Amino acid sequence: MITELLVFLFRFLILILVQVVVLNNVQFSGFINPFVYIMFIMMLPVRMPKTFLLLAAFLTGLVVDVFSNTMGMHAAACVFMAYVRPTVLRIMAPRDGYETESSPSVKELGFTWFLIYAAALTFIHHFILFYIEVFRFSEFFTTLLRVLLSSVATLLTIMISQYLFGKPINEK
Amino acid sequence: MRSLFLLLWRNNFTLLFLLLWAICFYLIIRNNNFQQVSVFNSTNKVTASVLEAVNYVKEYINLKENNASLARENARLKSLLPDAYYENGVVKTIVADSTRSQQYSFITSRVVNNSVNRRNNYLTLDKGSVHGVKKDMGVISSSGVVGIVKDVSEHYCTVMSVLHKNTRISTRFKNSNYFGSLVWDGSDSKIATLLEVPKHVKFNNGDSLVTTVYSTIFPEGVMVGIVRGSELKPGDNFYAIKVRLSTNFANLSHVYIVDNLLKSEQLGLEAQTLSTDDN
Repeated sequence: MITELLVFLFRFLILILVQVVVLNNVQFSGFINPFVYIMFIMMLPVRMPKTFLLLAAFLTGLVVDVFSNTMGMHAAACVFMAYVRPTVLRIMAPRDGYETESSPSVKELGFTWFLIYAAALTFIHHFILFYIEVFRFSEFFTTLLRVLLSSVATLLTIMISQYLFGKPINEK
Repeated sequence: MRSLFLLLWRNNFTLLFLLLWAICFYLIIRNNNFQQVSVFNSTNKVTASVLEAVNYVKEYINLKENNASLARENARLKSLLPDAYYENGVVKTIVADSTRSQQYSFITSRVVNNSVNRRNNYLTLDKGSVHGVKKDMGVISSSGVVGIVKDVSEHYCTVMSVLHKNTRISTRFKNSNYFGSLVWDGSDSKIATLLEVPKHVKFNNGDSLVTTVYSTIFPEGVMVGIVRGSELKPGDNFYAIKVRLSTNFANLSHVYIVDNLLKSEQLGLEAQTLSTDDN
């Protein structure tokens, strides 16, 4: 239990650092900015109490906000993402349910499953984030383009990091 | 009453979600409020020191380019020194010093945090209130306008860059006095739009645009960009002119904060006029 907690804490720190130090400085053509840190929220255990999930998402978003001068925006997007996560998990549940200690990853639930799961949550997160940032509907389609392009970039980064760092957590 | 509590308890997930969203939106709105002096996030000690470490590395990567740009600027400034001029006039008018007083002073500063890919972009500079930086001062670089100081802490300040939804910069043609305001539409960090130029004004692609004297924020004649093309919608009385910005926001590292020494005098006088007008 304690080691598991440490793994999550470690993953939190690494993802936030990568986001703030590297990815926030990456600029492809002014439209695309990958937000890989949301992988932390995606990979929290399936059986985690829902309220903790919301609070963890809020905290994650807030930390990223503080580093990128966007007070509240990432937090709002993360909280919304955490709010819909249980629904997404329920819709996508395997026939015989999730294992008690499982947490979503390519290793545990397979490539296709995780790709669909991550794509849905990434799109939801980016949609909320970019529209809050713009805060008006007059640039609707430009913003939608940003959402789509950035979602693809984020998804690509997440899938790659699944293979780079996705070692099984509970190796016994 | 008991069923009410039961209802609340059963929906605690949604309630907590709504509560957290309310907090988020409170933060967003408080931070968007222009008038309010807020403790801006990247000006606090912890984040600023991390960002500064990042920038330390980035500065090394761009060192060659920065040296070149600083050298260029040195050359330009040297060319402005009296030594660089050849005196070919015979009659000299002597001007007493007291008729000219300095209006602008400049504070040099390094950019420690920067972005160009959001809809609203900010920069963080490493000068703050101890160095004399105040809210609403202008920021320029050796190549053109950069933005306006938004919040100031002891050692840092944040700058609302030209690449921001709410930044409008009063801009005129270098070769005529027609002016408009420059805004950014959020798509390309190199291109902005100049609005409110009446349709009878004649201009060509490639014309230079500079700041006007009307704003108390920037000195007059700071380079803004060049005309890239224009659009006049049928029935519209004003052009929308595409402007190629002269500042490259993607690799800014050294900038100048503009201190207008006569600003308070001008604003005070204008406020006085307006208030007597009301009576």
